Amino acid sequence: MTDNRFVNKSELIGILLLAALLVVILPLFLDVFRLNLVAKYLTYAFVALGLVICWGYGGILSLGQGVFFGLGGYCMAMFLKLEASSVENTKIQSTPGIPDFMDWNQITALPMFWKPFHSLTFTVIAIVLVPGLFALIIGAAMFKRRVGGTYFAIITQAVAAILTILIVGQQGYTGGINGMTDLRTLKGWDIRPDHAKIVLYFFEVGCLFVCIFIAQFIRHSKLGRILVAMRDKEDRVRFSGYSVANFKIFAFCVSAVFAAIGGAMFALNVGFMSPSFVGIVPSIEMVIYTAVGGRLSILGAIYGTLLVNFAKTSLSESFPELWLFGLGGLFIAVVLAFPNGLAGIWGDYIAPQIARLFNSGNSKPGGWAGKPVADSTPAE
Amino acid sequence: MFGDYSIGDLGSIFVMQGFAGLILFSVYVLMALGLAIIFGQMGVINMAHGEFMILGAYVTWMTSNVFQAYLPGLFAGYFFLAMILAFIASGALGMLVEWALIRHLYKRPLDTLLATWGLSLILQQAYRSVFGAREVGVELPQWMLGSLHVTDSIEVPINGIFVMCLTVLITLAVAYIMYKSRWGRQVRAVVQNRVMAGAVGINTEKVDRYTFALGCGIAGVAGSAFTMIGSTGPTSGQLYIVDTFLVVVFGGAASLLGTIASAFSISQTQSTLEFFMSGSMAKVLTLLAVVGILMLRPQGLFALKVRK
Repeated sequence: MTDNRFVNKSELIGILLLAALLVVILPLFLDVFRLNLVAKYLTYAFVALGLVICWGYGGILSLGQGVFFGLGGYCMAMFLKLEASSVENTKIQSTPGIPDFMDWNQITALPMFWKPFHSLTFTVIAIVLVPGLFALIIGAAMFKRRVGGTYFAIITQAVAAILTILIVGQQGYTGGINGMTDLRTLKGWDIRPDHAKIVLYFFEVGCLFVCIFIAQFIRHSKLGRILVAMRDKEDRVRFSGYSVANFKIFAFCVSAVFAAIGGAMFALNVGFMSPSFVGIVPSIEMVIYTAVGGRLSILGAIYGTLLVNFAKTSLSESFPELWLFGLGGLFIAVVLAFPNGLAGIWGDYIAPQIARLFNSGNSKPGGWAGKPVADSTPAE
Repeated sequence: MFGDYSIGDLGSIFVMQGFAGLILFSVYVLMALGLAIIFGQMGVINMAHGEFMILGAYVTWMTSNVFQAYLPGLFAGYFFLAMILAFIASGALGMLVEWALIRHLYKRPLDTLLATWGLSLILQQAYRSVFGAREVGVELPQWMLGSLHVTDSIEVPINGIFVMCLTVLITLAVAYIMYKSRWGRQVRAVVQNRVMAGAVGINTEKVDRYTFALGCGIAGVAGSAFTMIGSTGPTSGQLYIVDTFLVVVFGGAASLLGTIASAFSISQTQSTLEFFMSGSMAKVLTLLAVVGILMLRPQGLFALKVRK
């Protein structure tokens, strides 16, 4: 890691393999329905990617990533919903031109905060800025006062609970428990037919790779090294003259923005947004995707997300009773036995075997696993 | 908002809402006591705490069914036996969990959170498989039904009074155990300095295990009391877990008095607000206030000064 390149050779191979899988293999072998499912899983991969930066490198466990996923998703959904509720589409309502759930809740005019979402430019900016600013406020309030570790986790969890209750309670403004459904077009382009789903899938994969490169850049820059140092010995970094709080805030904001992009992709690809992706349960599930993939591995988190979701879909289709036992067992097994997740297994067992097989002489574990986290206590 | 009520009406409303708040307060205190021991003393985040509580509720439900079927004569008193059984069941499960899971994770507090969350999923599904997905409610004995008429416009339900008395008793018992008994002294010694406590001959592993078991057992009793005022389903525990953590954190994690004070203020705020706005907005405002205050005062209301 002495040079300033932000991908080394083994990482480049890993990224190319992932690209081949997502861009070539999956679209070739899966039908549109399954490909759309993969698109849905990949929206969580954005969140997992953010958690690698914030939790794996920064040591900040946020249990409120669903909040940012939801904020991004709702921003996108509000734009799509407004477009779907044009005056001619909503002729039968008592107030045409407003979303259907507002009409059902006896609201007769579009609320102020909905109006800017007529503009796509504003929406795209809002998807990044709203969660980013929110994370900045929470982060600044907490980290400047040196609140961290378990307290931070509990408070982010409370924030997730608050936002869910708020969205469910304010049915007239947010669509309530059903969320925003029946999203149709993006600037007149129908997002529902099969070919649109395929285009959206490739768009999402493109965004994911942009995020992967940003994450790689952060990780290999000096910034990333300070994050790791801070996670392992916070006081030493502080005494060296760095502002620990600012670095933590930065990591938290990056993870929030990644999660928000994932949420916006979710609204586009899946065609609805609801509070069931905001609360505590989805937030913790997103953490477990990262943990299964490997909290220190950028690519591992993506594979972890895909695998857990594939398992969830297939298991809960055929054995709904077993699924929760399986998921619970997975949590415990990952935490107790494999704190570095799949990437750790790869780096410790499989990669050395492959290296020996090809006799390349480089028996060091690849850039995937890095340092084991089991021994290092998280910064308090 | 006060325009439509006379002064007398308003007084009654505040008394009644205050009483509803006191019942909520009892539930919070009962749940938070166990958590204050586990989280506050041991630093373990037990996300499965709600499930230990629900175990106690199911034990109570089974006891009431057994009494109804075989000992209808003693039905009036089944509740006291049920509480003891609930304590034993949850405490035993807690001991098992500490041995199998928690003791490997004392150095990684954030990971206990994930592992116990997994445990809570497993327990929820186990309850669903064993007891069914539908909520169950216990049959209350005759003497607990009905309510006391204090004045014409104020009446208080008897089961609520019972739960409150129970809360006071359990709180006093916990305070005695933690601050007066020899064992409580050992627990506090281990918390303050594990190495020194071990050096003077305290078996720290044993203390850890029994502390965790005690916290879980109290959760079981809380669940038992919970059946008096609500029905029990496999996921009921999850509804309260975040609130309970906030109660403990808000009060100052290591302080028993702080836990009680914060449970009181949170429950009273919520139930008073509930009268003037929808339940969800009342909850949002209460939680927002708590989070806001925690941002200004992260150590909680009653912070214990300990050297880190």
